[in-house]
Amino acid sequence: MRPADLFRFARDAATGYPVRTALSVLAMAIGVAAVVLLTALGDGARRYVVGQFSSLGTNLVIVLPGRTGTGGFNPATAITNTPRDLTVDDAAAIKRAPAVQRVAPLTVGTSEISTAGRLREVMVAGTTHDYFAIRGFVTAQGTPLPDEDWNRGASVVVIGAKIREELFGNDAAIGQLVRIGDRRVRVIGVLKPVGQGLGMNTDELAIVPVSLAQALFNTNTLFRVLIEARSRDAIPAAREQALAVLKQRHRGEEDVTVITQDAVLATFDKLLGALTLAVAGIAAISLAVAGILVMNVMLVAVTQRTGEIGLLKALGAPARTIRLAFLSEAAMLSAMGAVLGYLLGQAGAFVLRQLFPVFPAYAPNWAVIAGLGTALGTGLLFGYLPARRAARLDPVQALMKH
Amino acid sequence: MALIQLAGICRRFQLGDTTVNALADLNLQIDAGDYVAVMGPSGSGKSTLLNLLGLLDRPDAGHYLLEGRDVTTLSPDEQAKVRSQRIGFVFQSFHLVPRLTAAENIALPMTLAGIAPAERERRVAQALKDFSLDHRADHKPDQLSGGQRQRVAIARATIMQPPLILADEPTGNLDRHTGEEVVHLLEGLNARGVTLIVVTHDPAMGARARRQLVMEDGHLKQDSAGHAPG
Ligand SMILES: Nc1ncnc2c1ncn2[C@@H]1O[C@H](COP(=O)(O)OP(=O)(O)OP(=O)(O)O)[C@@H](O)[C@H]1O
Ligand SMILES: [Mg+2]
Repeated sequence: MRPADLFRFARDAATGYPVRTALSVLAMAIGVAAVVLLTALGDGARRYVVGQFSSLGTNLVIVLPGRTGTGGFNPATAITNTPRDLTVDDAAAIKRAPAVQRVAPLTVGTSEISTAGRLREVMVAGTTHDYFAIRGFVTAQGTPLPDEDWNRGASVVVIGAKIREELFGNDAAIGQLVRIGDRRVRVIGVLKPVGQGLGMNTDELAIVPVSLAQALFNTNTLFRVLIEARSRDAIPAAREQALAVLKQRHRGEEDVTVITQDAVLATFDKLLGALTLAVAGIAAISLAVAGILVMNVMLVAVTQRTGEIGLLKALGAPARTIRLAFLSEAAMLSAMGAVLGYLLGQAGAFVLRQLFPVFPAYAPNWAVIAGLGTALGTGLLFGYLPARRAARLDPVQALMKH
Repeated sequence: MALIQLAGICRRFQLGDTTVNALADLNLQIDAGDYVAVMGPSGSGKSTLLNLLGLLDRPDAGHYLLEGRDVTTLSPDEQAKVRSQRIGFVFQSFHLVPRLTAAENIALPMTLAGIAPAERERRVAQALKDFSLDHRADHKPDQLSGGQRQRVAIARATIMQPPLILADEPTGNLDRHTGEEVVHLLEGLNARGVTLIVVTHDPAMGARARRQLVMEDGHLKQDSAGHAPG
């Protein structure tokens, strides 16, 4: 039998029993749609988290005061107990390490910001010029913090978009004096609005020189030191060098924690990747169920069409042709289901993206290929048994069933 | 040489504890171009004989030579090929595929044999004309009368131009008038050289054949050709 004729024969047979065909196509479609949609969700979550982490800055190494995490038992810290402060001078020392491109010390606290009778709570970040470059902050108006001596910062502030709006409304903000705590500072820049991200919302942030913030909060220690390595490959070196510098400055004690964005990212990446895989696995079970349904449908088809099979044999069809005819029909049902499910799944992911624009709900390619492949594979696998049964029917017996 | 030679053919069916000898040591020769009616009471083995002749069934013992070639030892696929090219079947209950049109049903043996669409179309068009089905080409079987259905079935049986046509009670589901039409068609084929073997319960129809075989309990009880009944 010619392939085109085989195809037409299988198609006519499938459309000859619309309810049965629709049911198995639907089952297959639901299975594939589940794979596409669930992996879109899982992978979307992974991408969202990875994206948020990446927005913290690239090639980032972060120093935290105190030893946390799973560093094991360290007798030195066990005795001294209270960690040494992480200071602006520490940060400046790190800046000289060869693998380090930029360094920004960071101190944070909350204070009040006011001008012309308007007042509100504000998150104050004390840092330096390079912080903007490391975090990728861009000013909508004015300039970032000036590049100056870290210990003698000017009395200036860069404010978030929302702060600007609340304090100044439609008036110009650049050059205006505002009061933060007990200091009077001049507004030199306004950040571009970005909305909610992971961590701080920069729209409600006030950024001042680190020395000013330390004086404001009456502290010497830093909240973080942000380090930008020279390249992605230099991240481990930057981490080692920063650790070495601090250990030396802290009299041989390793009393800081250095985390790399890469490590955090890799952990999340792996975790959410595994989650996606698990979800895909669960969805694949529904595909197997759909495959069994296709098998049942085809077994019913063989029983219903026993007389026809006998006739085909009488007309000279070899066993192979009959097997192929039924296998093609099973393949057609699963292929139609797979395509329909793919479209449904993609449509579902599209709706998700419309509802939650920040959430990148795209099904990964591997999941789409695996889903479609499994659908066709199970269809053929489970279609084989009925096809073989049809091909083995005794023609005389089959012809009597009419 | 005879078209069909049967020697010592046995076909037994096991029904619980009892063995039914549907065909018992049957010897028979049928010449090419002959017109044979097979008659006999119900259960005498007529259909079993026809199924064996059509290679739909295998004998438990004996040899069957078709055109001088032993076909009992062929593989199933080789037998399928013989059915496709050498044998046409006409059934009592027509056996048309309900979802296919008359034209598609007629073309089915050619489709299965992998004949090119253009050639199929040409032969189907001719067959539709020969069997006066021109205006029914696109009708499904349930839109056809019984006589038209059997005409489609006969057209299908002849479309591969086989030398042998086997018909098992071809008029059994038709009224007398349409039955006669169908018989005329089959006799027309025979007139053009096709060997025709018809199983029938109708003595009048049986009498029209050149040779009558009467079966009883799996034996040949009577053979009008005068060969020694086996
Ligand atoms: N598949 C089968 N299993 C068991 N017994 C069978 C089978 N097919 C035929 N028989 C038996 O073989 C014998 C011959 O059957 P066959 O169908 O050839 O009779 P027939 O002459 O065609 O009868 P009818 O005129 O009723 O069609 C009968 O006794 C029947 O019961
Ligand atoms: Mg019979």
